[in-house]
This record gives sequence, C-alpha cells and structure tokens, in this order.
Amino acid sequence: MTMMKKLLTSAVASALMAGGAQAAISDNTVKIGYLADMSGTYRDLAGPNGLKAMEMAVADFGGRVNGAKIEIVSADDRNSADVASSTVRRWLENDGVDMVGGLVASSVTLAAVRLLEQNDKLGLVSGAAAASISNESCTPNHIHYVYDTYAFSVGTPTAMVKEGNKRWFILAADYAFGHALEADVTRVVEANGGEVVGSIRHPFPTSDFSSFILQAQSSGADVIALANAGSDTTNAITTAAEFGVTQAGQAIAGLVVFLSDIHALGPEVAQGLELTTGWYWDMNDETREWSDRFMAETGVRPTMIHAGVYSSTMQYLKAVEATGSDDAQTVRQQMIKTPINDMFASNGYIREDGRMVHDMYLTRVKTPEESANEWDLYEIVRTIPGDEAFRPLSESKCKLVN
Amino acid sequence: MTMIFGVPLAVLSGQLLIGIINGAFYALLSLGLAVIFGLLKIINFAHGAMYMLGAMGTVLMFDYLGVNYWVALFLAPLLVGTLGVAIEYFLLRRIAGQDHIYSLLLTFGVALIISGVLVNWFGVSGLRYSMPDMFKGGVNLGFMFLPYYRAWVIVAALLVCFATWFIIEKTKLGSYLRAGTEDSQLMQGFGINVPLLISLTYGFGVALAAFAGVLAAPIYSVTPVMGAATLITVFAVVVIGGMGSIGGAIITGILMGVIEGLTKTFYPPASSAVIFLVMVLVLMFRPSGLFGKEA
Repeated sequence: MTMMKKLLTSAVASALMAGGAQAAISDNTVKIGYLADMSGTYRDLAGPNGLKAMEMAVADFGGRVNGAKIEIVSADDRNSADVASSTVRRWLENDGVDMVGGLVASSVTLAAVRLLEQNDKLGLVSGAAAASISNESCTPNHIHYVYDTYAFSVGTPTAMVKEGNKRWFILAADYAFGHALEADVTRVVEANGGEVVGSIRHPFPTSDFSSFILQAQSSGADVIALANAGSDTTNAITTAAEFGVTQAGQAIAGLVVFLSDIHALGPEVAQGLELTTGWYWDMNDETREWSDRFMAETGVRPTMIHAGVYSSTMQYLKAVEATGSDDAQTVRQQMIKTPINDMFASNGYIREDGRMVHDMYLTRVKTPEESANEWDLYEIVRTIPGDEAFRPLSESKCKLVN
Repeated sequence: MTMIFGVPLAVLSGQLLIGIINGAFYALLSLGLAVIFGLLKIINFAHGAMYMLGAMGTVLMFDYLGVNYWVALFLAPLLVGTLGVAIEYFLLRRIAGQDHIYSLLLTFGVALIISGVLVNWFGVSGLRYSMPDMFKGGVNLGFMFLPYYRAWVIVAALLVCFATWFIIEKTKLGSYLRAGTEDSQLMQGFGINVPLLISLTYGFGVALAAFAGVLAAPIYSVTPVMGAATLITVFAVVVIGGMGSIGGAIITGILMGVIEGLTKTFYPPASSAVIFLVMVLVLMFRPSGLFGKEA
C-alpha cells in the first residue's frame, strides 16, 4: 500500500512538474537561431565560428536549462535583408524559435528585429553596428550587445584629435552604415576642435583604393579615417601602405576594425594603426582561458563578435534559468536586472533601450618586433569607460526611453 | 596651380596614371576572355575564379613551398592553365556545339565550386602576401607617389598583352588557331590536331587570368571571392570592346581603367557604375562593340 502510495504521489508530482515546466518554457525546448553571414564579406568576423561560440555556450550550460532541452538552428543571411526576413519569419512562425542571435549586417538586423517585435520573441544583436539599432529603431524585443557606430567614433577620433591631428579626411562606404559613421566621426572631430577637410563616398565594395588614397593624400589632412568595414578597410590600409601614406606623415584611423582584419593584414602593414575594439582576447586570464578553448575548436583567435555571441547566449540562458521562462519580455527584464561580469565584460549592464553598456578599448596595432606570435596584435592604449563610449540615455530617441 | 574642372592638374595626372594601371589589369583579364570567346565561342564565367586561383596560388605556394614571386609569375599561370586544359577536356568538350548558355552555366558552376571550397578552407579576410623586396618603395613623380610595383604592373601587363595579340594575329600558330575554330573539319583534313588546339587555347586564356592574379597578389587583398566582382566588370569591358576582338579587348581595357579613374576623381559614387553606363551606350549605338566586326 505504501509502495502504491509512493508511486502514485511521485507520478502526480512529476506530472505536475512537467506541466509547470511546459507552461513556462514553450514546447519544453529553448530553441535558439543563429543568423549571420556565413559565406560573404563578414564571414570571418562572425560566420561559422560565431555559431561555434554559441554552441560552446550551450555546451557549457550542459545542453539543458531547467530540464528543457536547448536546441540551435542556424542560417546564412547572405547579407540580404530579404533572405533574413524569410528565414526569421519561418523560424518564429513555424519552427518555434525563442531567441535569434548573431545578427551581423545592419540591414539584416533591422529587418530581423521588426519581425521579432511582431512575434514577441527576443533578438541578441552581436554584430550590427548602426547606432540606430538601439536608438530610433529600438524595440522591446532586442538587445544590442557588442558595439555601435557611436562608440566607434568616440574612441579613435577623440584620442587622435587630442594628440594634435586636427585635419581629417573621411573615406566612407557609400551605404547607410558608412554614412552613419561619417556623420558620427564628423561630429566628434568637430566637437574636439578638429576639422573635416574632405570626404569621399566610395562604392561598396571596392577593391582598388589607389585613386581614393591619392585624393586623400593630396588633401593635406593629418588623418585619413576609414568609415567602412571588412575587405574595404583591409584593401584601403594595404593601398595606403603601398603609397607611403604614413611615411609621408599622415595617420590612418580605422573605425570598424576586427581582429580578423588585422590578422589578414599582418603587423608589417597594419603597425601603428589606432583602432577601437569592444574586446580583445589577450586582456586577462579569463579572456585568455576562453580564447584558448575557442581556438582549440576553431583554429583561430576570437573576434569581439565571437566573444559577444558566447557571452550574450550565456546571459540569455542564465535569465531563462532564473525565471524558468522563455517568454521574451520576462527574459529581457531579467537580463536588464542582471549585471554582466564574465569573460566579455566587467560591470556591463543592459539599458532599457536595449544597449549593453560596457568598456571599450582604444588599441594600437603592434609592430612586427613587438608581436610575439601571429595573434599578438593589439596593445591596449586606453580603456574607455562604458558610460563615455555609448550614447547617453539623455540623447536617446528610443521609444522605450522617457 | 593649374585647375581642370576644379581639380588640380597634378591630381588629375595622378588619377590618369592610376587609371592606366587599373586598365592594364582589365586589359589582361578581358584579353583572356576575348581569346576564349573569339576562338572557342565559350562564355567563360570561370575567368574570375582563375584570376583568384592565380593570386591564391601565389600566396599558398609561397607559404607552403617557399616559391618566390618571380617563379610564381610563371608557375601559377602554368598550373592554372593545366587546370584549364583539364576543364576543357573533361567538361567543356562534352557540350561543344550546344547553345552558349550551356558553357556559361557550366563554367559558372565550376567557379562557384572552386571559390566555395576555398572559402571553407581559407575564409574571406584575405591572405597575407608581402611585396617582393625589390619593389618596396616608389618614386615621387612630382604630381604623385608612384610605387615601383605599380610601374612594373603596367610594363608586365602590356608586354603580355602585346605578345598574345602578336601570336594570335601575326604568327602561323595563330592562323592555325583562327582557322581551326572557323572550320575544324577542314583543318583536321590538313592534319592539324584541332581538339588539342582548342584545349590549349582554353588553357592559355585562363593562364592569362592567372597571370593577372599573380600581379594582383601583392596589392589587393587575396581572398577566394576576389574574382567574382572583377569578373562582371571585365565582361562589360569585353562587350564594349566587341566580343572576341583581341586588340579591342586590350585597348578597351586601358580606356575603361582611365574612364573609371576619372570618375573616381569627379564623382566617386558613380565609379562602380560608369563602365556599365558606357556598355549600355555602346550597345545602343554600336551593338557589335567598339572594335567588333559588324554582324
């Protein structure tokens, strides 16, 4: 009889528990989508290795949260807002995806977050730079994790103008992202007492920069700022080195530069370049330990996006665990409440507009003599406190801020 | 300072020279395409991939085998040319005589496979390749700083272009080639191995692309996707010059480099479109191209 009673109680109890979990975590599965450029220009800075970072986070969580299984699906957005829209719509409406991570190109991200808002699911943006993503285009359904154009233009230009480089020439990629960056840089340079003496909007993408570099050289500017990204930036830097720009006394400012770019250029070409980064693998024991694991999986050192994908996925899973729910609003509120202290950030916090605020770093690329190995590339010159790096809430145009 | 349309003459001279350098690349690449189309009537969409293989090959042979730039300048075109012969022998031959669209799709597929596989292995950030020591630095021309390497590009490209034109238009081998593609049965009757000639021609055409790739390796970022964007522009150059016109491809290549360079000075945002604009105009008023024979 007692045996029977025990069996019955445990059966009822487990039925209740299962029911309870079902109510909180939909389908008893936490399903995460990873959307990024897996084959194009932005492949190496996020791409398949970003998926690997996400898988590392899930594995570190044991593959389960509160008993519910964690599943990852992934897709190549091919840097196309259309491809991204149809993929995300299918994920949200048919496949039961609860959170979408990665999100690299700004155009893709803006399309994706609209759908996330319509379906009330969560997006964790680790790659897109346009500052509007957590400003005019903010939604209650996404978080902007690693950086934005505002933070990039605060870091390097402020420091360089203060060093006495007053006259600036801007080479900007001719699309929304480049225009935004150009405007942000102009504002910062002028606010610090500098002057923009000229700018060129070049087609995206461009492989031959010799003509533009020549024009920048003859402008008499102290600094040539590169308001572009990926192969455009590396091509421009290579050409500048070939045409003896730095030897002639002009400096180059890279505004959106990733470790993968500098690794491709090598310290011989990129040495002395000042740039702003949201994270670097060789900062402390914690970053090195995580990077070693990442490198064992992928063969390369992580970029700030890779680290951001891991960190944001971890924060998400912790919030699901703490609240016992995968509901977007519940999880987002929990994430906003929780300070971020991990391998990615110390004392990072998420604001109501979705902006994750953390320290940024002004760095200088090492010379070949200073660089101990192929990934020993940055020297950190200055830590830019998060509240200085990101647009203050008082200037926000986000509908969630009042 | 003398000004032309608000641009100092010194700047303009520099841009003209840059235009000629870029034009030399266009000339080399479109020459290979024109040879392949003119003689074999194949629209070679794998041309960009062959250019990329030339550049990637240069970098990889240096990294793994220590092969230097000068050896690569011969070895990379030779290897890519051999690959071209294999592609012609095993694939293109099977669809010979079919509509152009078949060879276009086949070569496009080959290009996608090659670059897809390489993206998987090497990523897209670009591989490092150092300038050969003797080309480091440059000379100040007064109106611009000319890197030695860019000067070498003009010389090398023009030499190869001229040699190709000379072989095809002025030598006996060239006359066999032209005749073999005109009437292959008759030529075979004369005891000429036409299928071999065709394989070699395709191989030679793609070797020209690989040669351009080697020239590009020290100055452009070398990635598995570098060929794709270039290819479209180069096709436009061939269309403007007249499909199949050897001399036309060379002259048009340089001309388009200069026009593009000037657009980059006067109105940069249009610089990626200007060649296509010229193509539209040429097709409207002279459909067979600037140097093409009237159809």
